[in-house]
Amino acid sequence: MTNEAIPNLPEYNDAALDKAFAALEAQAREAAAGLDGDAAVEAFRLEWLGRKQGRLNEVSGRWLKSAPVDAKKALGVRFNALKELVEGLLVAAVGGGPSDATLKAEAIDITLPGTRRLIGAEHPITRTMNEIVQVFAALGYSVGVGPEVETDYYNFESMNFPPGHPARDTQDTLVVAGQDRKPLRDRLLLRTHTSPVQMRTMEQQPPPVRIVIPGKVHRNDAADATHSPIFHQVEGLCVDSNITFSDLKGTLDHAMKALFGSAVKTRFFPSFFPFTEPSADVQISCIFCGGKGCRKCKQSGWIELLGCGMVDPAVFAFAAEKQPAYDAKKISGFAFGMGVERIAMMKYGISEIGQFFAGDMRFLGQFA
Amino acid sequence: MKILTKWLRAYLPGLTVDAAQLAEDLTLRGIAVEGIYSLGEGKGTLYEMDITTNRVDAMNHYGIAREAAAIYGLKLPELNFALPAAKPAKTPFSVKIEAEDACGRFTARVLRDVTIGNSRDWFALAEIATYFGLLEQKMISNAVDATNFAWLAMGQPTHAFDLDKIEGGIIVRRARKGERLKTLDGVDRVLDASDLVVADHKKALGLAGVMGGWDTMITAETKNVLVEAAWFDPVAVRQTARRHGLHTDASHRFERGADFNAAPVASALVSAILLANGGWIDGELVDVRVAAAEERTARRKPIALQLSEVQRILGTTEDQEGITAATVEVVLTALGCGLAPPAVGQTFGQDSWQVSLPSWRLDLEREIDLIEEVARVYGYNRFANTLPAFGEGVRALPWAEKESTVRGTLLAAGFNEAIGSSFCSATEGAVTAPQPGQVVPLGNPLSEEAGVLRPSLVPGMLAMIAGNLNRDVGDVRLFELGTTFGGTTDKVEERPALGFGAVGSLPEESALHTSRAFEFYDIKGVVEQVLQRFEMRAMYFDRFPAESGLTPEWLHPYRAARAVADGVTVGWFGQLHPREATARKIKHTVLIGEIYLDRLYKLPLRRPIAREISRYQTVHRDFSLILGEGIAWETIDRAIGELQIPELADWRVREVFRDAKLGNGEYALLLGVTFQAQDRTLREEELQGFQARVVEAVGKAGARLRV
Repeated sequence: MTNEAIPNLPEYNDAALDKAFAALEAQAREAAAGLDGDAAVEAFRLEWLGRKQGRLNEVSGRWLKSAPVDAKKALGVRFNALKELVEGLLVAAVGGGPSDATLKAEAIDITLPGTRRLIGAEHPITRTMNEIVQVFAALGYSVGVGPEVETDYYNFESMNFPPGHPARDTQDTLVVAGQDRKPLRDRLLLRTHTSPVQMRTMEQQPPPVRIVIPGKVHRNDAADATHSPIFHQVEGLCVDSNITFSDLKGTLDHAMKALFGSAVKTRFFPSFFPFTEPSADVQISCIFCGGKGCRKCKQSGWIELLGCGMVDPAVFAFAAEKQPAYDAKKISGFAFGMGVERIAMMKYGISEIGQFFAGDMRFLGQFA
Repeated sequence: MKILTKWLRAYLPGLTVDAAQLAEDLTLRGIAVEGIYSLGEGKGTLYEMDITTNRVDAMNHYGIAREAAAIYGLKLPELNFALPAAKPAKTPFSVKIEAEDACGRFTARVLRDVTIGNSRDWFALAEIATYFGLLEQKMISNAVDATNFAWLAMGQPTHAFDLDKIEGGIIVRRARKGERLKTLDGVDRVLDASDLVVADHKKALGLAGVMGGWDTMITAETKNVLVEAAWFDPVAVRQTARRHGLHTDASHRFERGADFNAAPVASALVSAILLANGGWIDGELVDVRVAAAEERTARRKPIALQLSEVQRILGTTEDQEGITAATVEVVLTALGCGLAPPAVGQTFGQDSWQVSLPSWRLDLEREIDLIEEVARVYGYNRFANTLPAFGEGVRALPWAEKESTVRGTLLAAGFNEAIGSSFCSATEGAVTAPQPGQVVPLGNPLSEEAGVLRPSLVPGMLAMIAGNLNRDVGDVRLFELGTTFGGTTDKVEERPALGFGAVGSLPEESALHTSRAFEFYDIKGVVEQVLQRFEMRAMYFDRFPAESGLTPEWLHPYRAARAVADGVTVGWFGQLHPREATARKIKHTVLIGEIYLDRLYKLPLRRPIAREISRYQTVHRDFSLILGEGIAWETIDRAIGELQIPELADWRVREVFRDAKLGNGEYALLLGVTFQAQDRTLREEELQGFQARVVEAVGKAGARLRV
């Protein structure tokens, strides 16, 4: 920028002032026109508005101070207008921003990956369990929980597994040490299903009951691709004065559609559990092939997913010991239970149950 | 179990559906066909069955034929085997049941001058060889084949003795302690007083309902045979089988309840097959029955059944008509029940019955069992899908929101949720138990490494961290929300806990910046953030000298801290003790900790309350301090806090550094202080005053200004 120094004013009449200020305005506009980049803008600002050596400061010093009193007002008006103009030019220069050339020089490679603040992933079991619980919450089910170490009474006896019943053979149970001298019903074991919470809940409250019971269970199972000594279940219990087998069917059909999509069909067939009667196994139409038959459903078009049934009157009789309202002649109910791992494996395409419990960051990170 | 459709069709000539349809219809009625294998032209189909344990009656061809008959409304002919007339016996064969609680029925038939050899084509069906061939059942000799055939046909165990090896007659009794018996598997067994045996007048001949004896088995030389068909009590057979570690076809059936009335029929079947090779029957069938056992099985009292109860339990059907009296009658009759009107004096009104129960269905005992049969044979999938109405509210668990807050905090801090083993080794348990000695062992652990219930989430967390490192995953950030176990084997206490561990870099993935290693202060920050989600008056962290023994053994004694909320210890965290790291072959620095959630959950969640944000200027001042190594930040922090200057909006450590140029045993700390008033811009002289007070306070606390 090569602005000439501020000359002294020869005269203070309007014409002379107009001319002098017009010249300065032209200089300012010219200087502002080519401004490029922060440094140039700053230089312009200093050149014109600098407190010590700025041109406006100089104008003020040379012209205003030496002006005759009667010309000061006219000069002041013009000075302020010029200052306003310069400030406006500065704002415009800044507002317009640097030139494309300047910006181009600042180009970066936007194809480099973004920096990610990693957020943790909820465990697929937690996620699946919550999903199931939510589906049933919408149907009026509260959440119930119970201890993982149970007595034989709650895990077996009150669930209508009489002592020595062959069904107990199939549930190889992990037991707490040193129970032998206790009466059978008080012996401590790791619950093999979440069903004991059914009894605990009924003992606590009279009907109606509507609960889902998510929880961890254990069995003395050797680990393989589909078996683990640790796994999770969601159990459900609905008891009221008029609950029927068709209600059970409708409830689970609705729940399976909510979990796996409205196109899913269910079918029920007889099964056997000591604590329900009639008992049923529930299959859903294969979510992989839509029921046409594929490798996942062994060409059957159906996948077995859960067990259920009408609460056995014998179970109500145990509950009635503490809550007489559980009179099997007056109330009825259904219960159902599903393995969370199995559902999560299906939903997320997981082939080995052991992966849920290995804490492998690579596995878990996929669920973020 | 394998079933031939050819055999089923022999019992049910009217069965016209194809094998696939039959399999589906059976399966949907609880007689599950798991596999269907076509055997070729004229040979029918082989089913692989999976029958639930309560339906032991259907684990044979005749039983499944009965189910098919019920499904399709076919008539199933009774099993009946005509035998040649017996020659009168000089003296009837002697059979005595001593153990009446354990043996309900014992039939014995004496066959003389039989020829042991290949099974002959046998009566019109000529099917033994064919069926056995299709089932890949080996043909052995007519005596063995006959009992196998009776088993496959009707699920009734039978046994053939070499009659000439029997001394005297048969006595069914409990064994004498120490009595010896060599069973058919060639094992010499020492018997116990609880074992049930079939014996003669001198010795035990076989384990009743489990396995026959070696010495009385049929051989090629056998001339005379005693055919046994009996009914043994489920509990007695199970005890004997268990004690000897045996599980045989016979014990399987008896343990689950055999058909009291099947013995004579099976005896005739076995005899007929044997007699096809010659021989004659010596005397009528000896049939000893225990009345009490018969009353528990074949002569049970009828059950009252009401149609209204059937409908109350089963509900709505897709078919408008629903479950009718006719449905109930057709189904139950087909299954072998007898339906009579209700007994006189009973006031059930219309559509109710007295139902007598078939001897082969011991699983039917109550009205609900009959209702299940109706639903089952009618078809579960013919019931409608209805939804019950509900009027109650839905309650969440009291700690659900707290748990999800803790989980959310850890997830946001970049930790993945994990689920570890519920067990650990006794050694790990001893090292990590928060209450020393409170470790609960298992009676039948899966392995030594899983010998006790975990008293802490730390062992599982370490196992998972080690697992990742072994797989070359170097950046690990895991947490677990799980149950820990304390107390004793008499009373196990369960507590919720939060475990967390980290190795490697901070949770940031960048192509351009080198990541920083996770350090103590990072994990402390996570703990602070978790605790801050709860309402508490005071939170602090402290540590104890190594000799106090208060620091958990698994933590580095000088790089660990206890977290205290409102005076209660809520957790421990820090760097893993190098000894523990070495024991697990971990070379990395592991940061790990545990929060006792039962204690933390006693506090309410913090409800945020908004404060006015001051509109006035903030002023920042830095002070470079020199401190003796013995002076912790906490001392400085407290000294400044105690000034209680309202305009002192914030103070924090901005840098800590150690430098050789400093005095011996000293370090430098850059303290950043922020002043701000709620109601005015601070004046310079006010600020001077505040600064002087800060300098004085830190000076008293042992710091000097660096000049």
